[in-house]
Amino acid sequence: MSGALLEVRNLSVNFGAFAALAEVNFGLSAGETVGLVGESGAGKSTLARALLRLIPAARGSVMWCGMDLLTCDAVVLRRQRRDLQMIFQDPLASLDPRMTVGGALAEPLEIFEPSLPAQARRLRTARMLQRVGLAPEAADRYPHEFSGGQCQRIGIARAMMLRPKLLVCDEPVSSLDVSIQGQIVNLLMDLQHEFGTAMLFISHNLAVVRHISHRILVMYLGRVVERAARDDLFQAPAHPYTRALLAAVPDPTRAPAPGAGVADQTLAAAVEPPPGGVVPSGCAFRHRCRHAQEICEHEVPQLEAVNERHAVACHRWRAIAGDA
Amino acid sequence: MTPLAASMPTLSMENLQVTYALAGGFSAAVRDVSLTVSSRECLGIVGESGCGKTQVFTAAMGLLSGNARASGSVRFDGREILGLAPHALNRIRGSELTMIFQDPMSALTPHLRIGVQLAEVLVTHRGFTWRDAMRAARFILERVRVPEAHRRLRQYPHELSGGMRQRVMIGMSLLCEPKLLIADEPTSALDVTVQAQIMDLLRAVRLEAAMAMVLISHDLGVVAGLADRIIVMYAGRVVEAAAAGELLRHAHHPYTDLLIKCVPNLRAARLERMPCLPGQAPGAAMQERGCAFAPRCPRATEQCRSERPLLRSVQRSAQVACHHPLSP
Repeated sequence: MSGALLEVRNLSVNFGAFAALAEVNFGLSAGETVGLVGESGAGKSTLARALLRLIPAARGSVMWCGMDLLTCDAVVLRRQRRDLQMIFQDPLASLDPRMTVGGALAEPLEIFEPSLPAQARRLRTARMLQRVGLAPEAADRYPHEFSGGQCQRIGIARAMMLRPKLLVCDEPVSSLDVSIQGQIVNLLMDLQHEFGTAMLFISHNLAVVRHISHRILVMYLGRVVERAARDDLFQAPAHPYTRALLAAVPDPTRAPAPGAGVADQTLAAAVEPPPGGVVPSGCAFRHRCRHAQEICEHEVPQLEAVNERHAVACHRWRAIAGDA
Repeated sequence: MTPLAASMPTLSMENLQVTYALAGGFSAAVRDVSLTVSSRECLGIVGESGCGKTQVFTAAMGLLSGNARASGSVRFDGREILGLAPHALNRIRGSELTMIFQDPMSALTPHLRIGVQLAEVLVTHRGFTWRDAMRAARFILERVRVPEAHRRLRQYPHELSGGMRQRVMIGMSLLCEPKLLIADEPTSALDVTVQAQIMDLLRAVRLEAAMAMVLISHDLGVVAGLADRIIVMYAGRVVEAAAAGELLRHAHHPYTDLLIKCVPNLRAARLERMPCLPGQAPGAAMQERGCAFAPRCPRATEQCRSERPLLRSVQRSAQVACHHPLSP
């Protein structure tokens, strides 16, 4: 895609001696959604926060509209904030409990468009509430009066008030009922279609990411281990970790036989990623990988092209390509 | 509701009602629920937030908050336990009848080592010495596949990952060899990979321990992998009950049908729109008139808005509360 809106280069974040994020590269165009998947501790939220300069980065650059967000002047950065919005996993916690919904939606306008008359602010608030599927009367109520799904709609409405160019969605449906998750995903897709917003969509669930993303990054312990266009990733996942993530999504149409472990079939051992603070040498995934060999202990695998839309960081991807 | 098993069920509920006294009056969280769990059976309870699925078992465990009233009957192992005094309930709870929750962090005591919390169960319920109880605690951690069990015993809850904490909770619930384990959204706070591991573990311990299990979840995909029978709840009532395989192959209630369609299926082709249910589930404060699902139901008619459908048998093992069930 030409004319990337956002270009992240070699972004790294350290928490003390722990490399939470190592050399992440990706671009994002207007109207495009990049999905970011991985388990807790993979660095998904760290990446989101670092590129918005909410936490300091150790190295790298984030090119945005011709400037580097990581080094630009604070005043310049502040002006860009209206185009860089974020929604969170817990929609109730991200709203001020003592502020009406209307007040929460009007706040971004008060900050960035202070000359706007109150009447016009109210009108834009009411329109946005309707746009996200809530009644305009919701403006006079408080966040606790709404269900989880409705609170997420409010969070989205607030983020969209200034028509941002980029919306970072950090696990926006993970705390919602399965039956409601689709409502929010479909709403985000509609808004993107309407406003051309670029989205970075974070989730640990590949099934959700599949619906909304054009391209997908799979992360493991701070590194991107696979990067692919959506259909390539689902049709031919190359990294053993991506395959394990795919196998972990429950399949209601195929109940597992008693005793047959879903997790154990795909991962070498039912171990979790190492606790925070430790990144193993070589390939960080090797302890859980049933294809690991000696080379995986010593060398950090770099991303290499499978085809022009698909890259994987695994020493063994060619050898295991035929494996189910 | 007729019990499926000829022998005495492990748990049976009849006409359970749970109401809350609120500032504006009363609200009904559970309305007339009857169900049974046979020995060694795994019963799945499915429904959206606020449908009363957790309340049913919170009531059975005697854990409702002060402004709640439960009525009806809950028999555990042949004995009425609804309204039992706390000291009598405490003899059953945590030993014969155990429960694990969505958030294992808040279920564990933050300032006590894992080993002490596990051993305490056996000291309290079984009169073990601390020394024997600690040894048993180590065995149980190995049984729930916690690596380096001896080291974990000396750790505090915050030092463990979410998946490990849930393993510890499962281990704790198994210490006294319960007759029934109630798992309330045991994997909803976990990554999908860890969820798959915990589900594998529950599947294994259920067979090893020969106990009955109740699995509560909003995700039919999770329940499908473990339950023998599934009950679907909506607005405090049972709307469908059937053998798991039958229910998944052929749902009778339109709500069940939609819930099944909402389960993401990576093996199926990607749809342009992500499947979902329109609207939202009514809260407990809802005034009941007709079928509670009618406002969201694609099959609803005038009859549904005025007349509440009763739970009735449709096939061998299936029951449904709907005026216009889907035909096979």
